[in-house]
Amino acid sequence: MKDFGYTLQPDFSIDFDRNDKRMMLYVVNHEPSLNLCIGCGSCTATCSTGHFTSFNIRAIHTLLRRGETHQLKQEIRKCMFCGKCQLVCPRGVNLRNVILRINRAIEQIG
Amino acid sequence: MNIEGKRRVWKDYQKEIAGDNFFYVRSCVRQNFFPGSEKTFLRILKEELHKDIFENAAHTTCSGIGYHSDIVPFETTMTIVARQFALMTESGYENFATSCITSFGLYTEILETWHHFPEVEERIRKHLKNATGREFSKPKNLSHASDIIFKFRKEIAAVGKYRLINHYTGKPLRAVEHIGCHYSRMFPSKGIGGAEYPYVLIGMIEDWGGEVIDYPERRHCCGFGFRQYLIQANRGYSLSCSKKKFDSMAPYKPDFILTNCPGCPMFLDRWQYTISEMEGITYGENGHGIPVLTYEELAGMILGYDPWDLGLQVHQVPVEPLLDKMGIPYNADSKFLNKEGASMGKPKAPSFLKFY
Repeated sequence: MKDFGYTLQPDFSIDFDRNDKRMMLYVVNHEPSLNLCIGCGSCTATCSTGHFTSFNIRAIHTLLRRGETHQLKQEIRKCMFCGKCQLVCPRGVNLRNVILRINRAIEQIG
Repeated sequence: MNIEGKRRVWKDYQKEIAGDNFFYVRSCVRQNFFPGSEKTFLRILKEELHKDIFENAAHTTCSGIGYHSDIVPFETTMTIVARQFALMTESGYENFATSCITSFGLYTEILETWHHFPEVEERIRKHLKNATGREFSKPKNLSHASDIIFKFRKEIAAVGKYRLINHYTGKPLRAVEHIGCHYSRMFPSKGIGGAEYPYVLIGMIEDWGGEVIDYPERRHCCGFGFRQYLIQANRGYSLSCSKKKFDSMAPYKPDFILTNCPGCPMFLDRWQYTISEMEGITYGENGHGIPVLTYEELAGMILGYDPWDLGLQVHQVPVEPLLDKMGIPYNADSKFLNKEGASMGKPKAPSFLKFY
Protein backbone atom coordinates (compact mmCIF):
# COMPACT_ATOMS: atom_id res chain seq x y z
CA MET A 1 0.00 0.00 0.00
CA LYS A 2 1.24 3.49 -0.83
CA ASP A 3 2.36 6.01 1.78
CA PHE A 4 1.04 9.48 0.96
CA GLY A 5 2.42 11.15 4.09
CA TYR A 6 -0.95 11.16 5.88
CA THR A 7 -3.33 8.51 7.16
CA LEU A 8 -7.03 7.74 7.32
CA GLN A 9 -8.64 8.55 10.66
CA PRO A 10 -10.92 5.95 12.25
CA ASP A 11 -14.61 6.79 12.02
CA PHE A 12 -16.05 7.66 15.44
CA SER A 13 -19.66 7.78 14.35
CA ILE A 14 -21.98 5.37 16.16
CA ASP A 15 -24.12 3.31 13.86
CA PHE A 16 -27.20 2.10 15.72
CA ASP A 17 -28.13 -0.17 12.82
CA ARG A 18 -24.80 -2.02 12.87
CA ASN A 19 -23.91 -2.02 16.57
CA ASP A 20 -24.51 -5.14 18.61
CA LYS A 21 -27.46 -4.54 20.95
CA ARG A 22 -27.61 -8.06 22.42
CA MET A 23 -25.86 -7.04 25.63
CA MET A 24 -28.26 -4.14 26.22
CA LEU A 25 -31.27 -6.41 25.63
CA TYR A 26 -29.88 -9.03 28.01
CA VAL A 27 -29.33 -6.48 30.80
CA VAL A 28 -32.70 -4.76 30.37
CA ASN A 29 -34.53 -8.11 30.31
CA HIS A 30 -32.90 -9.15 33.58
CA GLU A 31 -33.04 -5.72 35.25
CA PRO A 32 -35.99 -3.77 33.75
CA SER A 33 -35.57 -0.97 36.32
CA LEU A 34 -32.74 0.34 34.09
CA ASN A 35 -35.45 1.68 31.80
CA LEU A 36 -36.44 4.11 34.57
CA CYS A 37 -33.08 5.92 34.36
CA ILE A 38 -33.40 9.64 33.61
CA GLY A 39 -29.65 10.14 33.13
CA CYS A 40 -29.34 12.59 36.06
CA GLY A 41 -25.80 11.44 36.85
CA SER A 42 -26.24 11.13 40.63
CA CYS A 43 -24.74 7.63 40.42
CA THR A 44 -21.59 9.02 38.79
CA ALA A 45 -21.36 11.89 41.29
CA THR A 46 -21.31 9.56 44.27
CA CYS A 47 -19.27 6.73 42.75
CA SER A 48 -16.31 5.63 44.94
CA THR A 49 -14.35 4.32 41.95
CA GLY A 50 -15.10 7.49 40.04
CA HIS A 51 -13.27 9.51 42.69
CA PHE A 52 -10.02 7.73 41.90
CA THR A 53 -10.35 6.65 38.24
CA SER A 54 -12.11 7.72 35.05
CA PHE A 55 -14.93 5.23 35.77
CA ASN A 56 -18.33 6.79 34.97
CA ILE A 57 -21.47 4.72 35.50
CA ARG A 58 -23.63 7.12 33.50
CA ALA A 59 -21.21 6.68 30.60
CA ILE A 60 -21.44 2.89 31.13
CA HIS A 61 -25.19 3.14 30.56
CA THR A 62 -24.63 5.16 27.36
CA LEU A 63 -22.07 2.65 26.06
CA LEU A 64 -24.49 -0.19 26.83
CA ARG A 65 -27.37 1.52 24.97
CA ARG A 66 -25.15 2.29 21.99
CA GLY A 67 -23.74 -1.22 21.78
CA GLU A 68 -20.18 0.04 22.26
CA THR A 69 -19.17 -3.21 23.90
CA HIS A 70 -15.41 -2.93 23.48
CA GLN A 71 -15.15 0.18 25.68
CA LEU A 72 -17.78 -1.22 28.02
CA LYS A 73 -15.64 -4.29 28.71
CA GLN A 74 -12.64 -2.14 29.53
CA GLU A 75 -14.54 0.12 31.92
CA ILE A 76 -16.85 -2.25 33.78
CA ARG A 77 -13.93 -4.04 35.50
CA LYS A 78 -13.24 -0.96 37.60
CA CYS A 79 -16.51 -1.12 39.67
CA MET A 80 -16.00 -2.09 43.35
CA PHE A 81 -19.68 -2.99 43.96
CA CYS A 82 -19.96 -0.58 46.90
CA GLY A 83 -23.57 0.21 45.91
CA LYS A 84 -23.52 3.94 46.73
CA CYS A 85 -24.88 4.65 43.22
CA GLN A 86 -27.95 2.57 44.05
CA LEU A 87 -28.51 4.41 47.33
CA VAL A 88 -28.66 7.83 45.65
CA CYS A 89 -30.58 6.87 42.51
CA PRO A 90 -33.80 8.96 42.48
CA ARG A 91 -35.53 6.39 40.27
CA GLY A 92 -34.60 3.36 42.32
CA VAL A 93 -32.64 1.60 39.59
CA ASN A 94 -30.98 -1.55 40.90
CA LEU A 95 -27.53 -0.52 39.69
CA ARG A 96 -25.58 -3.27 41.42
CA ASN A 97 -27.65 -5.80 39.53
CA VAL A 98 -27.12 -3.82 36.33
CA ILE A 99 -23.33 -4.05 36.79
CA LEU A 100 -23.62 -7.74 37.67
CA ARG A 101 -25.74 -8.40 34.58
CA ILE A 102 -23.30 -6.52 32.35
CA ASN A 103 -20.51 -8.78 33.67
CA ARG A 104 -22.69 -11.84 33.04
CA ALA A 105 -23.51 -10.60 29.54
CA ILE A 106 -19.80 -10.20 28.81
CA GLU A 107 -19.23 -13.79 29.95
CA GLN A 108 -22.16 -15.22 28.00
CA ILE A 109 -22.33 -13.04 24.86
CA GLY A 110 -18.71 -11.98 24.72
CA MET B 1 -36.87 10.72 1.74
CA ASN B 2 -40.07 12.62 2.45
CA ILE B 3 -40.30 14.56 -0.79
CA GLU B 4 -43.38 16.52 0.27
CA GLY B 5 -41.55 17.98 3.28
CA LYS B 6 -38.51 18.82 1.19
CA ARG B 7 -40.63 20.60 -1.42
CA ARG B 8 -42.15 22.77 1.30
CA VAL B 9 -38.64 23.75 2.45
CA TRP B 10 -37.53 24.41 -1.13
CA LYS B 11 -40.52 26.72 -1.66
CA ASP B 12 -39.40 28.86 1.29
CA TYR B 13 -35.94 29.36 -0.18
CA GLN B 14 -36.21 30.75 -3.68
CA LYS B 15 -33.91 33.40 -5.04
CA GLU B 16 -33.92 35.71 -7.98
CA ILE B 17 -31.53 34.64 -10.73
CA ALA B 18 -30.77 37.07 -13.53
CA GLY B 19 -31.81 35.89 -17.00
CA ASP B 20 -29.22 37.61 -19.22
CA ASN B 21 -26.25 40.02 -19.37
CA PHE B 22 -23.87 38.29 -16.99
CA PHE B 23 -20.44 39.43 -15.82
CA TYR B 24 -18.71 36.07 -15.35
CA VAL B 25 -15.82 35.53 -12.97
CA ARG B 26 -13.82 32.32 -13.14
CA SER B 27 -12.46 30.27 -10.28
CA CYS B 28 -8.72 30.33 -9.57
CA VAL B 29 -8.52 26.55 -9.12
CA ARG B 30 -11.23 24.95 -11.26
CA GLN B 31 -9.33 25.38 -14.52
CA ASN B 32 -6.62 23.13 -13.15
CA PHE B 33 -8.97 20.60 -11.55
CA PHE B 34 -11.64 20.31 -14.27
CA PRO B 35 -10.33 22.32 -17.22
CA GLY B 36 -13.38 21.92 -19.49
CA SER B 37 -16.09 23.02 -17.08
CA GLU B 38 -15.94 26.80 -17.31
CA LYS B 39 -15.45 26.71 -21.08
CA THR B 40 -18.51 24.45 -21.32
CA PHE B 41 -20.56 26.87 -19.21
CA LEU B 42 -19.69 29.74 -21.56
CA ARG B 43 -20.41 27.57 -24.59
CA ILE B 44 -23.84 26.59 -23.25
CA LEU B 45 -24.79 30.15 -22.42
CA LYS B 46 -23.57 31.61 -25.69
CA GLU B 47 -24.33 28.87 -28.22
CA GLU B 48 -27.35 27.06 -26.74
CA LEU B 49 -29.11 29.74 -24.70
CA HIS B 50 -27.90 32.78 -26.72
CA LYS B 51 -27.17 34.88 -23.66
CA ASP B 52 -24.81 37.79 -23.23
CA ILE B 53 -21.98 36.79 -20.88
CA PHE B 54 -18.79 38.77 -20.51
CA GLU B 55 -15.38 38.09 -18.96
CA ASN B 56 -12.80 40.72 -18.05
CA ALA B 57 -9.19 39.61 -18.49
CA ALA B 58 -8.11 41.81 -15.55
CA HIS B 59 -10.10 39.64 -13.12
CA THR B 60 -8.02 37.97 -10.40
CA THR B 61 -8.60 35.51 -7.59
CA CYS B 62 -11.19 36.70 -5.06
CA SER B 63 -8.61 35.59 -2.43
CA GLY B 64 -11.25 33.41 -0.73
CA ILE B 65 -8.85 30.46 -0.69
CA GLY B 66 -6.38 32.58 1.29
CA TYR B 67 -9.10 34.07 3.50
CA HIS B 68 -10.47 30.66 4.48
CA SER B 69 -6.92 29.43 5.13
CA ASP B 70 -6.35 32.30 7.58
CA ILE B 71 -3.64 33.78 5.37
CA VAL B 72 -5.39 36.82 3.87
CA PRO B 73 -7.14 39.25 6.26
CA PHE B 74 -10.82 40.07 5.61
CA GLU B 75 -10.03 43.76 4.99
CA THR B 76 -7.69 42.82 2.12
CA THR B 77 -10.18 40.31 0.74
CA MET B 78 -12.96 42.94 0.76
CA THR B 79 -10.75 45.35 -1.19
CA ILE B 80 -9.91 42.66 -3.77
CA VAL B 81 -13.63 41.89 -4.14
CA ALA B 82 -14.37 45.61 -4.46
CA ARG B 83 -11.94 45.62 -7.39
CA GLN B 84 -13.87 42.76 -9.06
CA PHE B 85 -17.06 44.82 -8.67
CA ALA B 86 -15.22 47.79 -10.19
CA LEU B 87 -14.31 45.64 -13.23
CA MET B 88 -17.98 44.71 -13.58
CA THR B 89 -19.04 48.35 -13.34
CA GLU B 90 -16.40 49.45 -15.88
CA SER B 91 -17.57 46.71 -18.26
CA GLY B 92 -21.16 47.97 -18.04
CA TYR B 93 -22.72 44.97 -16.31
CA GLU B 94 -24.89 44.57 -13.20
CA ASN B 95 -25.44 40.81 -12.94
CA PHE B 96 -22.49 39.10 -11.29
CA ALA B 97 -22.08 35.37 -11.99
CA THR B 98 -19.41 33.37 -10.19
CA SER B 99 -17.95 30.04 -11.17
CA CYS B 100 -16.65 29.19 -7.70
CA ILE B 101 -18.76 28.34 -4.65
CA THR B 102 -16.26 29.85 -2.23
CA SER B 103 -16.21 33.06 -4.26
CA PHE B 104 -20.02 33.06 -4.26
CA GLY B 105 -20.07 32.60 -0.47
CA LEU B 106 -17.44 35.29 -0.04
CA TYR B 107 -19.20 37.83 -2.27
CA THR B 108 -22.42 37.13 -0.36
CA GLU B 109 -20.63 37.51 2.99
CA ILE B 110 -19.08 40.81 1.92
CA LEU B 111 -22.32 42.26 0.52
CA GLU B 112 -24.10 41.27 3.76
CA THR B 113 -21.28 42.84 5.82
CA TRP B 114 -21.57 46.05 3.87
CA HIS B 115 -25.37 45.98 4.21
CA HIS B 116 -25.16 45.78 8.01
CA PHE B 117 -22.03 47.92 8.42
CA PRO B 118 -22.11 50.72 5.79
CA GLU B 119 -19.06 52.32 7.40
CA VAL B 120 -17.01 49.25 6.41
CA GLU B 121 -18.17 49.63 2.80
CA GLU B 122 -17.13 53.29 2.86
CA ARG B 123 -13.71 52.36 4.22
CA ILE B 124 -13.21 49.72 1.52
CA ARG B 125 -14.29 52.18 -1.18
CA LYS B 126 -11.55 54.51 0.07
CA HIS B 127 -8.97 51.67 0.13
CA LEU B 128 -9.81 50.78 -3.47
CA LYS B 129 -9.74 54.38 -4.64
CA ASN B 130 -6.37 54.99 -2.97
CA ALA B 131 -4.86 51.76 -4.27
CA THR B 132 -6.22 51.67 -7.83
CA GLY B 133 -8.20 54.85 -8.49
CA ARG B 134 -11.26 52.70 -9.16
CA GLU B 135 -14.89 53.09 -8.06
CA PHE B 136 -17.66 50.51 -8.17
CA SER B 137 -21.37 49.80 -7.99
CA LYS B 138 -22.62 46.75 -6.13
CA PRO B 139 -24.14 44.05 -8.34
CA LYS B 140 -27.93 44.08 -8.77
CA ASN B 141 -27.94 40.32 -8.93
CA LEU B 142 -25.42 37.80 -7.58
CA SER B 143 -25.76 34.24 -8.83
CA HIS B 144 -23.62 31.16 -8.81
CA ALA B 145 -23.12 29.55 -12.22
CA SER B 146 -25.06 26.48 -11.00
CA ASP B 147 -28.03 28.79 -10.26
CA ILE B 148 -27.95 29.88 -13.90
CA ILE B 149 -27.79 26.30 -15.23
CA PHE B 150 -30.62 25.47 -12.77
CA LYS B 151 -32.69 28.37 -14.15
CA PHE B 152 -32.25 27.12 -17.72
CA ARG B 153 -32.35 23.38 -16.94
CA LYS B 154 -35.61 22.80 -18.81
CA GLU B 155 -34.31 24.63 -21.89
CA ILE B 156 -31.17 22.46 -21.78
CA ALA B 157 -33.30 19.32 -21.45
CA ALA B 158 -35.45 20.45 -24.41
CA VAL B 159 -32.47 20.70 -26.78
CA GLY B 160 -30.47 17.88 -25.15
CA LYS B 161 -29.56 14.70 -27.03
CA TYR B 162 -29.26 12.43 -24.00
CA ARG B 163 -31.08 11.90 -20.74
CA LEU B 164 -30.07 10.44 -17.39
CA ILE B 165 -31.65 7.13 -18.29
CA ASN B 166 -29.79 3.83 -18.25
CA HIS B 167 -29.39 2.91 -21.89
CA TYR B 168 -29.53 -0.83 -21.08
CA THR B 169 -32.37 -1.01 -18.54
CA GLY B 170 -34.48 2.08 -19.35
CA LYS B 171 -34.41 3.05 -15.66
CA PRO B 172 -33.39 6.49 -14.32
CA LEU B 173 -29.71 6.79 -13.40
CA ARG B 174 -29.12 7.11 -9.68
CA ALA B 175 -27.24 10.24 -8.64
CA VAL B 176 -25.63 11.54 -5.49
CA GLU B 177 -25.82 15.34 -5.36
CA HIS B 178 -23.18 17.12 -3.31
CA ILE B 179 -23.43 20.85 -2.63
CA GLY B 180 -20.42 22.99 -1.74
CA CYS B 181 -20.52 24.20 1.88
CA HIS B 182 -20.20 27.87 0.90
CA TYR B 183 -23.25 27.75 -1.38
CA SER B 184 -25.96 28.24 1.23
CA ARG B 185 -24.74 27.11 4.63
CA MET B 186 -23.65 30.60 5.62
CA PHE B 187 -26.64 32.40 4.06
CA PRO B 188 -29.47 29.91 3.46
CA SER B 189 -31.65 32.52 1.75
CA LYS B 190 -29.03 32.97 -0.98
CA GLY B 191 -29.25 29.37 -2.18
CA ILE B 192 -32.10 27.61 -3.97
CA GLY B 193 -33.73 25.36 -1.38
CA GLY B 194 -31.85 26.72 1.64
CA ALA B 195 -29.02 25.14 3.60
CA GLU B 196 -30.42 21.77 4.64
CA TYR B 197 -32.07 20.68 1.39
CA PRO B 198 -30.54 22.71 -1.43
CA TYR B 199 -32.50 22.02 -4.60
CA VAL B 200 -30.12 23.46 -7.17
CA LEU B 201 -28.54 20.16 -8.29
CA ILE B 202 -31.60 18.03 -7.54
CA GLY B 203 -33.60 20.18 -9.96
CA MET B 204 -31.08 19.51 -12.74
CA ILE B 205 -30.92 15.76 -12.09
CA GLU B 206 -34.72 15.37 -11.96
CA ASP B 207 -35.38 17.47 -15.06
CA TRP B 208 -32.72 15.61 -16.99
CA GLY B 209 -34.29 12.24 -16.17
CA GLY B 210 -32.27 10.99 -13.20
CA GLU B 211 -33.11 9.95 -9.66
CA VAL B 212 -31.50 11.43 -6.53
CA ILE B 213 -30.25 9.17 -3.74
CA ASP B 214 -30.83 10.12 -0.12
CA TYR B 215 -28.13 8.60 2.09
CA PRO B 216 -27.10 9.14 5.73
CA GLU B 217 -24.02 11.33 5.20
CA ARG B 218 -25.57 13.34 2.38
CA ARG B 219 -24.90 16.72 3.94
CA HIS B 220 -21.42 15.85 5.22
CA CYS B 221 -18.64 18.08 3.90
CA CYS B 222 -16.31 16.53 1.28
CA GLY B 223 -13.47 17.31 3.68
CA PHE B 224 -11.56 19.90 1.63
CA GLY B 225 -11.76 22.46 4.46
CA PHE B 226 -8.84 24.53 3.12
CA ARG B 227 -6.62 24.25 6.22
CA GLN B 228 -7.23 20.51 6.35
CA TYR B 229 -5.78 20.06 2.91
CA LEU B 230 -3.06 22.68 2.68
CA ILE B 231 -0.75 20.99 5.18
CA GLN B 232 0.21 17.54 4.00
CA ALA B 233 0.14 15.90 7.44
CA ASN B 234 -3.45 17.14 7.96
CA ARG B 235 -4.79 15.66 4.75
CA GLY B 236 -5.92 12.59 6.64
CA TYR B 237 -8.81 14.70 8.01
CA SER B 238 -9.87 15.62 4.52
CA LEU B 239 -9.51 12.04 3.28
CA SER B 240 -11.42 10.63 6.26
CA CYS B 241 -14.39 12.95 5.60
CA SER B 242 -14.62 11.80 2.00
CA LYS B 243 -14.29 8.14 3.02
CA LYS B 244 -17.16 8.57 5.46
CA LYS B 245 -19.31 9.83 2.59
CA PHE B 246 -18.26 7.03 0.22
CA ASP B 247 -18.92 4.35 2.86
CA SER B 248 -22.35 5.86 3.42
CA MET B 249 -23.36 6.24 -0.24
CA ALA B 250 -21.86 3.05 -1.69
CA PRO B 251 -24.69 0.67 -0.54
CA TYR B 252 -27.14 2.76 -2.61
CA LYS B 253 -25.09 2.06 -5.75
CA PRO B 254 -24.94 5.55 -7.27
CA ASP B 255 -24.15 5.82 -10.98
CA PHE B 256 -22.43 9.18 -10.50
CA ILE B 257 -21.85 12.09 -8.12
CA LEU B 258 -22.82 15.62 -9.16
CA THR B 259 -21.21 18.65 -7.52
CA ASN B 260 -21.26 22.45 -7.78
CA CYS B 261 -18.03 23.40 -5.98
CA PRO B 262 -14.40 23.54 -7.12
CA GLY B 263 -13.10 21.51 -4.16
CA CYS B 264 -15.78 18.82 -3.82
CA PRO B 265 -15.41 17.18 -7.26
CA MET B 266 -11.64 17.42 -6.95
CA PHE B 267 -11.56 15.58 -3.64
CA LEU B 268 -14.44 13.17 -4.21
CA ASP B 269 -12.71 12.20 -7.47
CA ARG B 270 -9.05 12.09 -6.43
CA TRP B 271 -9.59 10.63 -2.97
CA GLN B 272 -11.20 7.54 -4.51
CA TYR B 273 -7.81 6.82 -6.02
CA THR B 274 -6.00 7.56 -2.74
CA ILE B 275 -8.35 5.33 -0.70
CA SER B 276 -7.93 2.55 -3.26
CA GLU B 277 -4.14 2.79 -2.99
CA MET B 278 -4.21 2.98 0.83
CA GLU B 279 -6.91 0.42 1.62
CA GLY B 280 -7.54 -1.43 -1.62
CA ILE B 281 -11.19 -0.30 -1.58
CA THR B 282 -13.13 0.82 -4.66
CA TYR B 283 -16.69 2.14 -4.46
CA GLY B 284 -18.17 1.65 -7.94
CA GLU B 285 -19.24 -1.52 -9.74
CA ASN B 286 -16.69 -4.19 -10.71
CA GLY B 287 -13.64 -2.39 -9.37
CA HIS B 288 -14.59 0.96 -10.87
CA GLY B 289 -14.93 4.16 -8.90
CA ILE B 290 -18.05 6.35 -8.78
CA PRO B 291 -17.66 8.97 -11.54
CA VAL B 292 -17.73 12.55 -10.22
CA LEU B 293 -19.02 15.35 -12.42
CA THR B 294 -19.37 19.09 -12.32
CA TYR B 295 -22.82 20.44 -13.32
CA GLU B 296 -21.32 22.01 -16.47
CA GLU B 297 -19.86 18.66 -17.52
CA LEU B 298 -23.20 16.95 -16.96
CA ALA B 299 -25.05 19.67 -18.89
CA GLY B 300 -22.51 19.23 -21.70
CA MET B 301 -23.08 15.47 -21.71
CA ILE B 302 -26.86 16.01 -21.89
CA LEU B 303 -26.31 18.37 -24.83
CA GLY B 304 -24.20 15.74 -26.61
CA TYR B 305 -20.82 17.50 -26.48
CA ASP B 306 -17.75 15.35 -27.09
CA PRO B 307 -16.71 13.92 -23.68
CA TRP B 308 -13.06 14.77 -24.35
CA ASP B 309 -14.00 18.42 -25.15
CA LEU B 310 -15.60 18.51 -21.69
CA GLY B 311 -12.30 17.49 -20.12
CA LEU B 312 -13.62 14.18 -18.80
CA GLN B 313 -10.30 12.50 -19.62
CA VAL B 314 -8.58 14.33 -16.75
CA HIS B 315 -10.83 12.77 -14.10
CA GLN B 316 -9.10 10.35 -11.78
CA VAL B 317 -12.16 8.06 -11.76
CA PRO B 318 -12.88 7.10 -15.37
CA VAL B 319 -16.30 8.24 -16.60
CA GLU B 320 -16.63 5.64 -19.38
CA PRO B 321 -19.05 3.42 -17.37
CA LEU B 322 -21.43 6.39 -17.10
CA LEU B 323 -21.02 7.29 -20.77
CA ASP B 324 -21.86 3.68 -21.65
CA LYS B 325 -24.94 3.73 -19.43
CA MET B 326 -26.16 6.98 -21.01
CA GLY B 327 -25.44 5.67 -24.50
CA ILE B 328 -23.01 8.49 -25.28
CA PRO B 329 -20.49 7.49 -27.99
CA TYR B 330 -16.81 8.27 -27.45
CA ASN B 331 -13.56 7.52 -29.17
CA ALA B 332 -11.34 5.69 -26.69
CA ASP B 333 -8.30 6.21 -28.96
CA SER B 334 -8.54 9.99 -28.83
CA LYS B 335 -8.94 10.21 -25.04
CA PHE B 336 -5.42 11.43 -24.47
CA LEU B 337 -4.91 13.36 -27.68
CA ASN B 338 -4.86 17.15 -27.74
CA LYS B 339 -6.69 19.37 -30.26
CA GLU B 340 -3.85 18.96 -32.76
CA GLY B 341 -4.10 15.18 -32.46
CA ALA B 342 -0.78 14.83 -30.61
CA SER B 343 -0.51 12.60 -27.56
CA MET B 344 -0.77 14.33 -24.17
CA GLY B 345 0.74 11.25 -22.50
CA LYS B 346 -1.21 8.49 -20.80
CA PRO B 347 -1.29 8.44 -17.00
CA LYS B 348 0.01 5.40 -15.14
CA ALA B 349 -2.77 2.99 -14.22
CA PRO B 350 -3.68 2.81 -10.49
CA SER B 351 -3.07 -0.43 -8.59
CA PHE B 352 -6.73 -1.14 -7.79
CA LEU B 353 -9.05 1.42 -9.38
CA LYS B 354 -10.10 0.19 -12.79
CA PHE B 355 -8.63 2.36 -15.52
CA TYR B 356 -9.38 2.68 -19.24
